[in-house]
Amino acid sequence: MSENPPNTFLSAEHRAAWWMLAPALAFTLTLAVYPVIASFILSLYRIILSMPALGEPFVGLENYVLLFADPAARQAFMVTAGFVLCSTTLELAFGLIIALVIHAQFRGRGWVRAAALIPWVIPTAVASQMWRYLFNDQYGLANLIVFGDRVADYIPWLASPGLAFSIMVLVDVWKTSSFAALLILAGLQLIPDELYEAARIDGANLWQRFWHITLPLLKPALLLALLFRTMDAFRVFDLAFVMTQGGPGDATQVLQLYGYKAMFTEGRMGYGSAVSVMVFVAIFALSLVYVRTVGSRLMERET
Amino acid sequence: MANLEMRGISKRFDKGLVLDNISLKVPDGTFAILLGPSGCGKSTLLRIIAGLESHTSGQVFIDGAPVDRLSPAARDIAMVFQHYALYPHLSVRENLAFGLSMRKTPRHVIEERIADTAQLLNIQELLDRKPKDLSGGQRQRVAMGRAMVRKPKLFLFDEPLSNLDAQLRTNTRIELKKLQQRLGATIIYVTHDQVEAMTLGDVVVVMDGGHIQQADPPHQTYLYPANPFVASFIGTPPMNLWQGRLRQEGGTGIFLVGGLEWTLPPFAMGDTGSFAGHAVLGIRPEDIRLEPTTRPAIHIEASIDLNEDLGADQIIHCSMMGESLVVRASQRPLVSPGQTLSLFLPHDKLHLFIDDRRINLLPNSDP
Amino acid sequence: MMQRLLLVLGISLTVVGSLAPFVWFVLTSFKTQQEVEAVPPLWWPSGGWHFYRAALFDHHLLSYVGNSVIVAGSTTLLALVIGIPAAYVLARVKLPGKPWILGGLLTVSMFPQMAIAGPIWRLLANVQGLNTHWGLILPYVTFSLPLVIWILASFFKELPAELEEAARVDGCNTWQTLTRIMLPLATPGIFTAAILTFIYSWNEFFFALLILTQPDKHTLPLGIALFQGEFTIPWGELAAASVLATLPLVFIVLLCQRWIISGLSAGAVKG
Repeated sequence: MSENPPNTFLSAEHRAAWWMLAPALAFTLTLAVYPVIASFILSLYRIILSMPALGEPFVGLENYVLLFADPAARQAFMVTAGFVLCSTTLELAFGLIIALVIHAQFRGRGWVRAAALIPWVIPTAVASQMWRYLFNDQYGLANLIVFGDRVADYIPWLASPGLAFSIMVLVDVWKTSSFAALLILAGLQLIPDELYEAARIDGANLWQRFWHITLPLLKPALLLALLFRTMDAFRVFDLAFVMTQGGPGDATQVLQLYGYKAMFTEGRMGYGSAVSVMVFVAIFALSLVYVRTVGSRLMERET
Repeated sequence: MANLEMRGISKRFDKGLVLDNISLKVPDGTFAILLGPSGCGKSTLLRIIAGLESHTSGQVFIDGAPVDRLSPAARDIAMVFQHYALYPHLSVRENLAFGLSMRKTPRHVIEERIADTAQLLNIQELLDRKPKDLSGGQRQRVAMGRAMVRKPKLFLFDEPLSNLDAQLRTNTRIELKKLQQRLGATIIYVTHDQVEAMTLGDVVVVMDGGHIQQADPPHQTYLYPANPFVASFIGTPPMNLWQGRLRQEGGTGIFLVGGLEWTLPPFAMGDTGSFAGHAVLGIRPEDIRLEPTTRPAIHIEASIDLNEDLGADQIIHCSMMGESLVVRASQRPLVSPGQTLSLFLPHDKLHLFIDDRRINLLPNSDP
Repeated sequence: MMQRLLLVLGISLTVVGSLAPFVWFVLTSFKTQQEVEAVPPLWWPSGGWHFYRAALFDHHLLSYVGNSVIVAGSTTLLALVIGIPAAYVLARVKLPGKPWILGGLLTVSMFPQMAIAGPIWRLLANVQGLNTHWGLILPYVTFSLPLVIWILASFFKELPAELEEAARVDGCNTWQTLTRIMLPLATPGIFTAAILTFIYSWNEFFFALLILTQPDKHTLPLGIALFQGEFTIPWGELAAASVLATLPLVFIVLLCQRWIISGLSAGAVKG
């Protein structure tokens, strides 16, 4: 179909099209766009729910000033940034391995694929409990495997800041590597077999074929997976809430949890909104890159 | 059946003008071919007639009534697509019935029409199959059936034979022509294949660059091409065309090309009486003689570069003084590369073009 | 040779790594209370269903399951009903501002939950939507739409334009073209979108935590996250509850792994 000069039958078609689009737009505008804007606005007020007598004064950027000065906020950012860095890198690495495995042809491939998907399909809340149990100081499998019978040596894994953080990364990697694998798999499937065959004839061994053919041609898929996982990892919440509640101390207090506590536990809606706005801005910046890379490919296929 | 008229149709895209002020009249019952190379605008014009695309300016009339504001469905036209566009999830019968049921045609009428059409196209055994179980030729017939069942005012065909193999294409072409004669249908048919155009059409509309170059019955476009483009597009191998200078002295003309000087028969140039300037001279490979004739002709000597033996004919590629020339000979002269060939270009087979227009060469003036 | 060896290694790593933690939990769910509390921990259970019974009846697991089914089922249905026409329009109709709409949808799918938590909470509180099924379904639908639209738009784009044109010439308007021609041909895409939406809404935690203020409406992830015993965490019941919560999803994965993989990776390839 092409452009429509006004007053031809095409504009009736266009009206029908807008009606078909309208409900989706309505939902998105009401429950996604409006709330984000409202959060922006809320962040400019001081609202403490437990002390209604103080009213809800407009304070401009005061919440943001507080935010940047607050060491707890800085800690939350560092924890989140560290989490994003570690988990994304590991997820891409493991995702690549899993993708290579499920891309290969072998009998029972369906079963292996299903197995790889199980961690992804388990609700994060459930997985968090599961791993919490696994690293339990008394009943945990981890202690059993590492120390066997020597109960006296058992470590309270989640009580140590460094270990707790590492375990959080581990669980996320366990859960989402297969998702990264799927994104990478799409890229693998695009590489023509003939390239490998030509390389074999030219004398390249397995590693060389991987390094010179697979990796370079996977760059777009890897980039996509990287962008996607980075944005997603910034949003981490379920894991921290269920497994550690941000602890020990604030070793695993990620940004969204920090904001959640500020807003719903301490009742500081304005400040909590400011935190969430910052997280939004960070992710939004990344999503612009994402949309440009991804969206441009979709648009290419328009013409 | 109905007649079609287009007045001043233009279509502008961002890249430029795809159709430029196209005006055309197709009388009732005519098989009209839109012929041209890819990008000439023929498919766009067809889609504008169908209502699948809108035009930037101009008007389309079907049976005298303007249809610009009507949706494709309301225009009462039927279309056969290049890739047939059969609904994969419906059986052949349901495909045929679809357009009629969308128009709330009564059940018994639909059944009747399907039965008639199926018989006409010989697809009765296919009625309960799905498109994926059909061969290319069968799908093509079902696509035509879907159009015919609607009994529309106009049939629109968009390169329907291009996906068939050569043999099937020839057979289907013949069937199509017979069908049209039988039904008396008005058909607008798009193709880039001039053989299809010449054999099927009552009228051939040759298009290039968004313009109509010529709209005439097939033999007219062959014998009296309106400009060098039509001259070289119609006919295989293409007409020999030479760019040169023309000088009119008294009643005769001298054509200079390469190092050659040819005397031409008299031609009409209006009142000016004399002319000097750029011109294009042409002759079809099949019109060049290898022996002298009684008719006046230009005599040239050319050396042979290459000979293509087609069995029934020879296509001989020659050159003379840097200009190339193709001869189609039905005799079998002894030829080998490097040999010199004596050739005769009869005056009554020459085509002259000045400023992209055909000039009559007396004595063979146009009828 | 080397490639085979690496493959076997990779397969083992993948399978064991993916399943081992879950298997441990499953084993735990069949132990007795003493076995659960044994230190050092025991590998094998003696077998018994009492944790499952306890989870179902003492810990309201059944009500959690019921809530999850209602919420996830309704979300999936609604997201498809709203998303499919939108996807069709975005895939096939030339509209002004389309790149913006598509880009916007992509962006929405990446919103951090906190950024909208406060206002959504207030919004729902104002309309008595807190602690209701529909109060949760509406946000879920909103955040499922980008995925549904993305998957189906990719599908619709693959269908030949000629089919649509034939339908239009035959007399269909936009809606009829969608329902009579395009929809039947897009069933794999619909299936994939449905599965992924169901999984998303079944597993979702943040909004469930935010909106479902009373235990009677809790969905499974929430119920399991807040699993409490009288004094200590009842790991046995928790394990049983987790297994029950995950079982339907495991079935879905086993049956539909092809759909899931094609849907997710197709989304990646197409965009």
